[in-house]
Amino acid sequence: MAKVMGKVREKMMEKMMWQDQMRGVYHIAIKDMKTYYLKPPAISWGMVFPLAWTLAFYLRNPGDFAELVPGLLAMTIIFSTTAAEAVVINFELRLGTLERLLLTPLSMTSVLLGKVLGGFLFGLMMTAIVAAGAILYLGLQPDIPGLALISLISLMVFSSMGALFSLSVREVFEAQTLLNLPRFLMVFLCGVVYPVSALPEGLQLFSRLLPLTYTVQGLKASFFQEQGAVLAWDLIILFLFLILFLLPAIRLLQRRFS
Amino acid sequence: MTHKSAAIIADKLTKLYGDLLAVDGISFQVDEGEIFGFLGPNGSGKTSTIRMLVGLSRPSGGRASVLGYDLPGESSQAKRYVGVVPDSSNLYDELSARENLLFMARLYSVPRKEQNSRVDRLLQDFGLYERRDDLFGTFSRGMKRALTIAAALVHEPRLLFLDEPTAGLDAAAARSLRRLISGLREKGMTVFLTTHYLTEADMLCDRIAILVQGRIVRIDTPDGLKHLIQDQSLIEFSFRGDVSALLADLQSRLEGGQAALLDSSRIRVYGGDPPRIFDAVFQSSRESGIGLESASTIRPSLEDAFLQITGLSPQVMAADKGSGKGSGVGR
Repeated sequence: MAKVMGKVREKMMEKMMWQDQMRGVYHIAIKDMKTYYLKPPAISWGMVFPLAWTLAFYLRNPGDFAELVPGLLAMTIIFSTTAAEAVVINFELRLGTLERLLLTPLSMTSVLLGKVLGGFLFGLMMTAIVAAGAILYLGLQPDIPGLALISLISLMVFSSMGALFSLSVREVFEAQTLLNLPRFLMVFLCGVVYPVSALPEGLQLFSRLLPLTYTVQGLKASFFQEQGAVLAWDLIILFLFLILFLLPAIRLLQRRFS
Repeated sequence: MTHKSAAIIADKLTKLYGDLLAVDGISFQVDEGEIFGFLGPNGSGKTSTIRMLVGLSRPSGGRASVLGYDLPGESSQAKRYVGVVPDSSNLYDELSARENLLFMARLYSVPRKEQNSRVDRLLQDFGLYERRDDLFGTFSRGMKRALTIAAALVHEPRLLFLDEPTAGLDAAAARSLRRLISGLREKGMTVFLTTHYLTEADMLCDRIAILVQGRIVRIDTPDGLKHLIQDQSLIEFSFRGDVSALLADLQSRLEGGQAALLDSSRIRVYGGDPPRIFDAVFQSSRESGIGLESASTIRPSLEDAFLQITGLSPQVMAADKGSGKGSGVGR
């Protein structure tokens, strides 16, 4: 009897600890939103920058603006999630505030997930505003569940990518510079403004190695009601990218404190 | 070594950074309810030891347990009952004092109903209630330090690690913080205090471990440490000029005594036969042409015990992290 009670107590403790970890992830994300994301630099990178780019393309060819919407959303997703990720990790490592988080009962994975969730939530806000504006203004009728799924997984993928790149270097400015490379590369090669099919064959193959290709593809599928199989395939590949970014990021954080 | 009511047990604890041996197989025990001082100069391994005990780094060898939890395997359980005040005040500049404490309360899963009352009580205890809505970034160094300590207490820990709590503070702020630390002992909290201020350790600690080059060279009560040199003579000489260059010559003339430079014009001699010491110093003063201003016998302090045990001077400690910021020893 005592053994059974002991096991029940152990299970309850485990459940409580798991809940505490999840609560911690949430509180870190909310704190980051307040201290870093809802500030002019993050908003300008996350929203104004993609809008300015889209406006430039719209002015060149106003007739096909609806076709630009998936690209605009993809740009909003990548820039908003990565806008402050470099700051929230490297800046806090330098100030010692990240170390303070690691002194709490939260695991390193939870602390990193909190940081990633902050980028995700900010990206979600920005993407929702841009998506709602575009849908209402242009009278589009996307597949809402598909749009939501592809957007949510993409937000997690690019927020994790931001965390990984940030942890690869020591300084905030290094992380910002390093992140610009994949961001701009993907904007040009992943079908945001030019269709992937219009690229030379070698670049088409290369674009298949980049996660934003699947975000744009999935967004196009949900906006233009393409076959569900395409969307499912994009979701699976993006999930693999999420693991590919998240696990090394956790490992890098552990190495910093080993 | 008894493990009864031990808050911390370290057994042959070792930390290597590459080829550098930062902590060299140290063993000690901290009992529940005591203020345990960890004293040593910069680079002696104090912070490396704390980082292992609070779960921020893995020991390279040996074993440690905190509040009965083995490290590093059970560090997340131990962290629930441990508060840590790092050597820098690392709360969030962009959050107010109250928001910082509430954030920490949430991370430590303080029951929701108690969060506000606990935070307000801490703000009052630390004299920060009137500034509760001001941003942490606008606080003075002393207020930042006080709030950092308050943040480490928000989950009512059983064990508190304080790493250089008064480093860089002015004398009044340091005195005020020492009063707060003394108050924690009265509440039954175990405190692990690292400091390079010898007077501070003397005032606050029940026992002190002296760490030199990663090794504990002595653990005793402050009185016990002082008693080590109680029977020796202690004579302090003040000169009218710089005597730094004379130290080696003087040391060679002292039979059985040990000379230490306190500052450029003051020398303290430990042990030896007093008449012979006076002769040697007078002779050295005459030969060098640097006049002797005063000579006095003094009562041994913890500084003297520290010098005798480690062979270092108190200035080595004072030149540590807080140099240039605080007034150091004797504040």
